Parts: sequence; C-alpha cells; structure tokens
Amino acid sequence: MKILVAIKQVPSRDSQLKVSSSGRWMEDADLSAEINEPDAYALEEALQLKEKHGGEVVALCAGPARASQTIREALAKGADRAVHVEEEDLGRFDLLGVAQLLAKAAAEVKPDLILTGLQSDDLGYGQTGVILAELLGLPHSTIIMQVEKTEAGIRVKRELEDGWFQHMTMPLPAVLTIQSGINKLRYATLMGIKKAKTKEVKQLSADGLGVTAAPKVSLERVYMPQRAKQTTLLPGTAKEQAAKLAEILKFEVRVL
Amino acid sequence: MSVLVVMEQSRLAWHRMSWEALAAGQQMGPALGIPVAAAVLGHGAAALAGELGGKKLDKVYHVEHELLDHYTADAYTVALAELVDMAKPSMVLFPHTYRVRDFAPRLATRLGGLLVSDVLRIEVKDGAAVAVRQMFQGKLNADYRAAGGGTQYISIQAGAYRAEHVEAGSAEVEVLTPALEAAQIRIKVEEPFRESARAVDLTAADLIVSAGRGIKEQENLSLIQELAAAMGAEVAASRPICDNGWLPMERQVGSSGQTVAPKVYFAVGISGAIQHLVGMKGSKCVVAINKDPNAPIFEVADYGIVGDLFEVVPALIEEIKKAKG
Repeated sequence: MKILVAIKQVPSRDSQLKVSSSGRWMEDADLSAEINEPDAYALEEALQLKEKHGGEVVALCAGPARASQTIREALAKGADRAVHVEEEDLGRFDLLGVAQLLAKAAAEVKPDLILTGLQSDDLGYGQTGVILAELLGLPHSTIIMQVEKTEAGIRVKRELEDGWFQHMTMPLPAVLTIQSGINKLRYATLMGIKKAKTKEVKQLSADGLGVTAAPKVSLERVYMPQRAKQTTLLPGTAKEQAAKLAEILKFEVRVL
Repeated sequence: MSVLVVMEQSRLAWHRMSWEALAAGQQMGPALGIPVAAAVLGHGAAALAGELGGKKLDKVYHVEHELLDHYTADAYTVALAELVDMAKPSMVLFPHTYRVRDFAPRLATRLGGLLVSDVLRIEVKDGAAVAVRQMFQGKLNADYRAAGGGTQYISIQAGAYRAEHVEAGSAEVEVLTPALEAAQIRIKVEEPFRESARAVDLTAADLIVSAGRGIKEQENLSLIQELAAAMGAEVAASRPICDNGWLPMERQVGSSGQTVAPKVYFAVGISGAIQHLVGMKGSKCVVAINKDPNAPIFEVADYGIVGDLFEVVPALIEEIKKAKG
C-alpha cells in the first residue's frame, strides 16, 4: 500500500504570540516550530500500516524552506521519501488554495491512501483532508480512531460525539483524517536520523504545479480576544495565592 | 439573496446545536436584510420539518430520501449541493458538529466555495458579513470576509448563539426529493456504538479537579488526585491526558468527552483549547492555574492563578486542609 501523509509545520504549542504590525498575522519569524501534533499521529498510523502490509510512506508538506526540518523528522521516523511544496508565503493562498497545492502534488504520487491530522494546531480549520478528497474525487472519512485493511479496501472506526463511535468501510484510494491519540508516537532512532539524510525530498513549487492564489475568503485582521469574563487574578507568591484561593473557596464560593 | 440554515438530526432527533445555528440565521437575516430558510435532511423527517414550520422563517426545505436515512458524506454532499443550486442562498449556516466537519468542507468545495469553520460570531460591517473565529487554540481571534461574490459557508461554534433565542412563527414547508443514487455512496456505514457503559458520571459531580498538559508527567497526576481528595472532588482531564492513557477516557471533559457544569471546576495546567472549553464553560465557578497568562482558559475563569502549578497546588492542598479544619 502506498500511503501519502500530509503534514504541516506549526509554531510550538507554548509560543508567546504577538500580532504583527500589519494586524493581519503574527510575528512568526522567531517562533520555534514543530510538526502539527495530529499530523504526527497520522504519520505514525501510516508507518504502522506499512509495517503490517508493506508498501511505501510518502510525506507531503507545503510550507517555507524551514519546513524541511519537519520533513527530515518524518523521514527520520521512517517515511520513505517526501514531497515539499516550497512556498515562502502560504498566507497568500486561502485554505482551498493550499489544498489545491497538496492535491496537485498528491496526484503525482498516486497513493492508495492519504492520511492527515484532523486539524492543525495553528489555524485549526479541520478541513484540509476533506477538501483534498473532494479535489481528488476520492471518498473520505474524518476523526478516525482505527484503520484496518480489508480485501476490498479499508474498514475504519470514526469517532462521533459524546463517546459514540461508528465503523465504516470504503474502497481505496481514500482520504482519512486521523484523531490524536489513535496510536503511540515513536521517536526517531539515531539510525533513522542518519538514513533520513540520504532519502529523496522532491521539491515542487506553486508555479510548477500551476496553482495561482485566488482567495475566496480573506483574513482581514487577527487580534487578541477580549475576555468574556472578569477574571480575578490572585497576586503574590504561590503560598499567598493558595491562601487567598482557599479563603475565596470557603467564604465566597462556599464549597469548603 | 438569502440565508439557509442546515439543521442536523440523527434517528429523527435534533442535534441541540442545530437550534444555535438557527438562532444565528434568524439574527443574520434581518441584519443583512434578506430572507431566512432552514433545511432538514432525512428519511421520514416530516415531523421535524413540521416543527421547523413553526419557527420564524421564510421557508423550510424538507429534503427527503431513503438514502438519507443514515448519514454519509457522499449522500449529504449530493443532496445539499442540489438544494443550494436550487435555492441559491448567499449564506449557508451549519452547526459546527462532528458531522458538519465531515461533509461541509466537501460540499463547499463542490459548489466552488470555502467553508469558514467553527465561527464564534458573525458581525455585519458595511452591509457585509464578517465571520470571527479563533486560531492558535484560542490564543488569537481572526476576522474573515468573503473575497468575491460567491455564497458564504459558515459553521457556528457550540454555544456561540443561544438556542432559546430561536423565534417562533410560521413557514411554508417544501418537500424535495434529491436525485440520489446508491452508486454515488462509496462508504458503507455500520451501527453507531459506545465502547462501554460509563462507570464515571462527571456530570453529577459538584466539584471537579481537571488536569491538562501542564502536569507534564503521569506521576505528577498524584498531585491532582491529592487536591481532588482534599476538596472531595472528582478527577477529570483534558483530551491529551486521556490520549496518553494517564487517565481513562471516561474522565475526559470536552467535545469528545463529557460536558460538565459543576459548582467549581479547577483547570490545572489546562490551556483551554475550544474542544475543552465547550465541555466545561457552563461551570458555575472556574478556577484556573496556569503558567501562561495568555492561556485562553483565563477567558472563562472566575479566579486565576498565574504561576507554576508544582508550587501552587501543594500550597493549595495545605491551605484547603487548613480551611476545612
């Protein structure tokens, strides 16, 4: 089975964000970056499927030159090769534009299965995999907790709301978005890191893929949200904060 | 020009968030000066369509087909694409449910549009709709406007609008039978199921102490358990803690876990991603302990301690024991 995994590089989770002077994005030049966590689970699922059924895992990433770090990590963990759609300013595309870049690149790979995380930790649209499926004319399912290969295709377990699940079957090729926690993430081994240096990373560009930016939706402004509630922040040392909170819990909230 | 609200039902019972999306639609219609319609899809959904007919709407579409008896992304996309082609709304609203996340991006793409997902509110500026949504796990807000003149597709975040604001009225119901064929549906679904009966009912707890990524290691959970014991509270957690297997899934609070509304909810080392907030923001009092002053959890907190939980929690356990005498 040839499995394509779409991965994204995002700012680290504990980044302190600052809105840029344009007011349309944040200052991201100095932020440290990492693989989008749900995509790490998608990659792990692809690697496990390959270990069970054989085949190949290809990592696909659209992003600036520095995303090559995230691509190398995927190769070090065990992806066989990668495709990097190098684009310094992905922000000039809307979500559909980015999905078009990925779809064009995916069509060249001709995978049996496409996996990606259910959403990104930065923009959080949760749509890329589904749009990719539509652009490629493939069936899809989202928020997947389990993937089994069958004679005719795959059987997956989809998470529904409030603790419910559902199994479904579909033919291949197909697109799945993977839920975090579906498997246990592996670390790259020293051998893996060494091998990654020799693995193929194919470079593609928006121009080369024939995708032009024609946004249907424009991001006008980003800003710090206003607090919905008046939060009483308790000052002082840890001990003073704790003493004040205990007093509030006893005399104001009255639960002690 | 009109607003179309796509309602959600399973086994002929409404998804509660449908009413929130309908409330959003009923506000947007007058704000933009355009009529508002709502649609229900299903098999044998006449009673649901009739119920919509009792709301303040200009039109109700009852999309009826036996292939819509169970949800599949393929069938919903075909049926709704036909409805949108026919009704030509300028704005389509959905509740941001797991199901909508599954099919709405596909539908919008097929119709040449783009869904703005998980929207907090829609503002009208210069006669145009501006959708506000969160980014970076709730750390930033962003305003989106349609570029070009196509239909806008927007899904509404849980709790963003209030179901009780839906206005009653009367509307004509039009029954539509989409041209759906079994061969268009590539996915075969089985019956939904629950893994096991829930042994822990967090919804009945008065006090909950909940742990997030900030606790860093499984062994540090004992700190949370001690605090809960001192308070007489139940232990809960955000999703990553349960994903790691540090606590059973049944102790998870959030969109994929339980929705709770205790007297006091302690969020310890929880940043407050929206998936977590929707499960606990109904709590009467929220206490947040987090080292990041910009963590979104402080937006719903009544009392906040910005600090190192490994210093604050032990001190708090001691003070609570003292206060209880």
